[in-house]
Amino acid sequence: MNFATKKHDYESSIFSGLTAAAAWLIVAILAVILANITWYGLPGLSWNFIAGSTEKDMFNPDHASVMPMIFGTAALVILMTVMVVPVGVITAIYLTEYAHSSSPMTRFIRGAVNNLAGVPAIVFGLFGLGFFISFVGGGIDELFYGATAEPVWGKPAIIWAALTLATLTLPVVIVATEESLKAIPPGLREASLALGATKLETVVKIVLPQALPGILTGSILAVSRGAGEVAPILFTGAAYYMAHLPSKLTDQFMELGYHVFILSTQSPNIEQTRPILYATVLVLLLLTFALNVVAIAIRMRIRKKLRSLH
Amino acid sequence: MSAITNPLIETRDLRLFYGSTLALKGINVDIPERQVTAFIGPSGCGKSTLLRCYNRMNDLIDNVRIEGSIKIAGQDINSKDVDVIELRKQVGMVFQKSNPFPKTIYENVAYAPRLHGTKNKADLDAIVEESLRGAALWDEVKDRLGSSSLGLSGGQQQRLCIARAIAIKPQILLMDEPASALDPIATARIEELVRELKKEYTIVIVTHNMQQATRISDYTAFFYIGEMVEFNTTKRIFTNPAKQQTEDYVTGRFG
Amino acid sequence: MSAPLNNKRTQGWMGLKRGHRARPLEWVAEKLIFLVSLSAIITTLLIFVFITRESLPILFGQMDSSHQTLVIPVADMSKYSDKELSKYLDMPETDFKAMDAETRQLMMEVKAEATEERPSDKDAGINTASWRYLLMPHQWTGYDKSSYIWQPVSEIHKYNIVPLLVGSLKTTLVAMLFAVPLALGAAIYVSQLASNAAREWIKPIIEMLSGIPSVVMGFFALLVMATVLQDVFGYASRLNALVAGIALGFAIIPVVFTIAEDALTSVPRAFSQAALALGASRWKATWQIVLPAALPGVLAAVILGFGRAIGETMIVLMASGNASIMSFSPTDSTRTITATIAAELAETVFGSHHYRLLFMIGLLLFIVSFFSNLAGELIVHRLKKKLEGRA
Repeated sequence: MNFATKKHDYESSIFSGLTAAAAWLIVAILAVILANITWYGLPGLSWNFIAGSTEKDMFNPDHASVMPMIFGTAALVILMTVMVVPVGVITAIYLTEYAHSSSPMTRFIRGAVNNLAGVPAIVFGLFGLGFFISFVGGGIDELFYGATAEPVWGKPAIIWAALTLATLTLPVVIVATEESLKAIPPGLREASLALGATKLETVVKIVLPQALPGILTGSILAVSRGAGEVAPILFTGAAYYMAHLPSKLTDQFMELGYHVFILSTQSPNIEQTRPILYATVLVLLLLTFALNVVAIAIRMRIRKKLRSLH
Repeated sequence: MSAITNPLIETRDLRLFYGSTLALKGINVDIPERQVTAFIGPSGCGKSTLLRCYNRMNDLIDNVRIEGSIKIAGQDINSKDVDVIELRKQVGMVFQKSNPFPKTIYENVAYAPRLHGTKNKADLDAIVEESLRGAALWDEVKDRLGSSSLGLSGGQQQRLCIARAIAIKPQILLMDEPASALDPIATARIEELVRELKKEYTIVIVTHNMQQATRISDYTAFFYIGEMVEFNTTKRIFTNPAKQQTEDYVTGRFG
Repeated sequence: MSAPLNNKRTQGWMGLKRGHRARPLEWVAEKLIFLVSLSAIITTLLIFVFITRESLPILFGQMDSSHQTLVIPVADMSKYSDKELSKYLDMPETDFKAMDAETRQLMMEVKAEATEERPSDKDAGINTASWRYLLMPHQWTGYDKSSYIWQPVSEIHKYNIVPLLVGSLKTTLVAMLFAVPLALGAAIYVSQLASNAAREWIKPIIEMLSGIPSVVMGFFALLVMATVLQDVFGYASRLNALVAGIALGFAIIPVVFTIAEDALTSVPRAFSQAALALGASRWKATWQIVLPAALPGVLAAVILGFGRAIGETMIVLMASGNASIMSFSPTDSTRTITATIAAELAETVFGSHHYRLLFMIGLLLFIVSFFSNLAGELIVHRLKKKLEGRA
C-alpha cells in the first residue's frame, strides 16, 4: 500500500478559495459602506447639528440640525415599544408555556407570526392608512366631532405611525422572547410546580426573570428596526417639515430615516446638501446599527452562558 | 403483596396511557406511612411514571390519560374537585437531576413557604434554617445563604432541593433517583439523609440501584414493563422473593 | 429542633378538596394571555381585510375613471335617484347622502363645469380602471403603437400595471443574481470550510448587514454606487434597475445567508465525515453530499430572499430612476410596484380610482409575499421534520 504520493487537491482549493472570496467580499462591502458613511459624515457632526433647532432651510449646511428628527424618532420608537413589548412577550409566553404544541390554534398563531414577519414594509404603510387612520381615526372623529368636521384623529399622526411600526415589529419581539423562554431548562418549571406553585406563579417568579435578557434583546432589535423603517411612516405621520416638536399624540413629526430620504431626493442642490446628508445618515446608522450590534452581542453572551449551564 | 394496615397511598387498578400506548398496566400497591418504600426495576418499566402520578406531575404532559384510582389518606386525588396545587403542597418531589432555581440558597428554600402565605421574615428565617438542617446542609451553607445556589456542588445542590421540598412540610416525599447523578460520597450522604427523613415523612424512592434499595428502604416494589410484579418488605424481596422474575432481577440475571 | 411552623403532622388532610375553581385569578390570567396572543392572527386578518376593502371597487370593476360624456344639468337633479347621482359624481353613495342640499347643488355645478371642460381626446370615454386597460396594451393618443403605459397623473389616466410588474420583477431578478451566489458561497464557506475561529466572527459580521436600514442602502446606491456603476458600464441612465438591483441584493444577502447557513449546518456532521472517510475530497463531500441534503433549506432561503426583495421599497424608490416605462433592459430607469405606492399615494384623493388602484397593487404585493413566505416556511418545516426523523 502506498500512501506517500500526495496529489494536490486543486478542486477543493479552488472551491474553498471561491467560497471564502464570497464571504470576504460581503464583509468588504459592509466595510466600504460603513467607512464611506463615517468618513464623509463625521466632519458634519457638530454640536449645533445635533442639538440645534432646524429652520425651514434644511438643505443649507449652516442651518440644518437633526435634533427635531432625533426627538421625533425617539418619541416614535418609545410609543411603539410601549405597545409592542407587552403584547409580544405575552404572546410568546402563551406559545411556550400555555399552548398545546399540536393544537391547530397554536399552529395558526405561529403561522400568523411568521407571515407577519414577511409582509413588506410598504404594505404596513397601507395598513396604517387604511385601518388606523381611516377606520379607527376616522371613527373616533365621527364619534366625538361629527362626520364633516376637520379631522383630528383621522389624519397622519405619531400615534398611528407608532401603532403601524408596532405591528411591523411584533414578530421580532415574539421570536426573540420565545427563543429565550425555550432556553430555560424545563426542570426549573417542574421544580416550581412540584412545590405547589400555579402555572402563573411559575411563569412570573421563575421563568420571566430568567428570560429577561432575551426579552431585552428582542426589544432592542425591535427599536432598531422601528427607527430604521421609513416606508411604513411615509403616509402615516412623517412630515417634511414641522415648526415645532410633536407634543400631542395627534401631531406629525420629523424623523431621521424620512429626513435622509427627503435630503437625498428633494434637495435643490445635492452638492451643497451632501455634507448634512452624510452626517444625518451617520447619526441614523449610529442609532440603528449600533443598537443592532448591542442586541446581537447580548444574545451571544446569553447563548454562551446557557451552553455552560447545561 | 403483604398487607399494609392503614396505607397512606392506595393505588387500585391504575392504568396510564401515553396517547394509545398503555404504559402502566393496572397497578395495585399500598404505600405505608412513615416508611421508605423503594420502586425498583429495569429502565422503562414505569416506576418513575407511577411516582409522578402521586403528585399529578403527569398532568403536565399532553396525551396522558389515567384510569383507576389513587387515594391518598382516603381521598381520590384524580377527582375533579381536587385542587392539584394543594395536593402538591402535601406531596413533595425531588428530581433525578437537581434543579435549584438560579437564585440564592435562601431564596430557594424560602420559595415555597413564601408562595403559600408565610410573609414574616423571622418566620422564613426559621423555616430556612430548619429545612437546611433537615437536609444536612445547614453547617455547610449557613454563612453564605445569600450566595447563588449554582455555586454549590452537585451533591449540595441535590440536598438543597431536598431542603426546598421539605420547607413546606409535605406529608409525602417522592424521590426520583435522587442520587443517580452523584458520586459515591454524595450518594452516601443522601442515603443517610433519607434514613433520617423517614422519621417525619413518608418516602417513596425510585432507584435503579438495588444495593441502595436494600440499604435504605423498608418496603420494596418490583416493576417490570408497566406492571408491578411483587411488593413486600425489602428483606423478603431480596432474600426470598415469591416470583421467579423478581429473583432473576435481584440476582442480576437481567438488568 | 423547634416546633415547625407549618406543621401538617395531623392525620387526615385539610383543604385538599377545593377543586380547580378555587383559583379564579389563574383562570382569568390564562384567558387574558390567550386573548392577547391572538393579536398576531387578528393583525394579519385586519391587514388583509382593510387593504382589500380599499381595493374592492377596482377588483370588481366598479370604478370608472372615464371622463363623462353625459352632463346632468343641475335643474334636473331631482329626476335621478341618489344612487345614479352619486355614480355621476363618482363618490360613494353614503358620502353623497351625508351631504346637505346646498353642497349637493354645488357638487353638481362643479361636475357640470368639469364635464364641459373634458378633454376631446378619443380615449376620453374609456374606463381606464377596468381590467382590460389595467393589463392589456393600448394605443393612446400621441403614441405610435400599442403600449403598456402607467401614467396616472394625466388627463386621460393611464393605469396599466404591466410596466410596474416588469419593473419589480426585473429589479428583483438583478438582486437575486447578485445576492444568491454570494450569499450561498459565503454560507458554504462559513458552515463547512471555515475554521472555528473564522466562523465565530465572519457569521455575525455578515448578519450585521441586516442592521443597515434600507433607506441608508438606498442613499448609498443613489449617491455612491450609481456614479461608480455609470463610470464602469457607461450607460445612459444614471439610476436604473441595475443600480437598484445590486443595492437590493446587498440588502437581501443576510436573509439568504442566514437561512442557507442554518440549513447547511443542520446537516449532520456524520454525513460529510462518512464521505471524507470514504476518500472523497472536501469539495466532493460538500457538493455531492452536504448540499443535496441541505437543498430544501437552501431553496427556502432563496424563496424568502425573493419575497424580501420584491417587497422592498426605499432602495428602489431612491435608486431605480422611477420612470414607469415598459422595458426589459436592466440599464433603463424603472419603476417598481413598491416605489409606485410610496411615491404616488400621498398625492391621491382619498377614495379615488388612483387611490384604490394603489391599494390594489399593494394587495397584490401582500399576496405574493404571503405565498412566498408560506412556501419557504413549508419547506423549512418539512426539512426540520425530515432531519428530526433521521436524527
